[in-house]
Amino acid sequence: MKVVLRNPRRELEVSGPISVIALLNRLELNRESVLVIRGDELIPGDAMLDDAQTIEIRPVISGGAA
Amino acid sequence: MKCRVCREPAVIDVRRQNANYCRDHFLRMCRDQVAKAISEFDMLQPGERVLVAVSGGKDSLACWHLLRELGYEADGFVIGLGIGDYSDESTQYARDFAEKRGLTLHYCNLREEHGFDVPTAAKATRRVPCSACGLSKRHLFDAAARDHGYDVVATGHNLDDEAAVLFGNVLRWQTDYLGRQLPVLPGEHGFPRKVKPLVRLGERETAAYCVLTGIDYIVEECPMAEGNKHLGYKAALNEIELESPGSKHDFYFGFLKRASARFTSEIESQHLELSACTRCGAPTPEDVCAFCKLAERSSGHEPVTLRARR
Repeated sequence: MKVVLRNPRRELEVSGPISVIALLNRLELNRESVLVIRGDELIPGDAMLDDAQTIEIRPVISGGAA
Repeated sequence: MKCRVCREPAVIDVRRQNANYCRDHFLRMCRDQVAKAISEFDMLQPGERVLVAVSGGKDSLACWHLLRELGYEADGFVIGLGIGDYSDESTQYARDFAEKRGLTLHYCNLREEHGFDVPTAAKATRRVPCSACGLSKRHLFDAAARDHGYDVVATGHNLDDEAAVLFGNVLRWQTDYLGRQLPVLPGEHGFPRKVKPLVRLGERETAAYCVLTGIDYIVEECPMAEGNKHLGYKAALNEIELESPGSKHDFYFGFLKRASARFTSEIESQHLELSACTRCGAPTPEDVCAFCKLAERSSGHEPVTLRARR
């Protein structure tokens, strides 16, 4: 499947099937710090992803602090 | 995963609540948490005019949307900070949000109206960019509220923001900052009241709220914030949260419940006499306010151009 990452934007190819949580673990991403999105839908952690899909892993941490 | 409310398939987990939600019940939970924060901390009264400090990011747009959903008369205010393409793009997200919903969005361009921008101010004053940016935003939001007759300024600070700021303030025992770290700062001495309606929502939830309600926001991080301490504190807290869900909530709300008053009383004992800034009229303990000093030092400096975005 195609995995789109942000900040900076880049793409990875990952073989499925794989669960969302397993994918985040494989990419060493903290599940508290990202959302996994397909189109305009959120994909829950226990969902299985297959090779035909394109998903976005979107970071949610933001902000400067004065 | 099933929704804790209706047992239909869930779209998101909120681990600190040990709960999963479907779309509709997640959105309801977000509204309920904001309503609870407003009530718990006495943030807003019915009929008050609210000015939302908008950046074009997920938190400020979610805040604006949620306040409107809850029936508040909330308009937006966005500042062109001059941080290259990033400022242009983020401002456009705010404009699109307002236009799509027929809402009032006030706008101020820092360079056009005050003769400088954030990158130039940071260079001219050797301040951390986020410091020059924060000072400018606070001043301009306060001024806009006064000029346009708003009772209160609402910001999109969420639970992660507040926990990270608290973490940084505790690391260095900055007791004066700890005394001011409250979800509501009362309106006094010519300053409008400041409220943070999103303190009961994490930023993963505000991002999810935007995705599920179709709010387009700028996902890219501010190029001047990259690598700052605040982002490092958030990452550290999320490592703790991963192992111990609810830690950020307990850290922040435990502080408010058990420790905050000790530092607030310290602040209250430091009464500062405020008078009007001789240049702009804003309340200040000195003759000239910090913003006008920043503008004076920055406006004469050669403009700093940011490198092109990656």
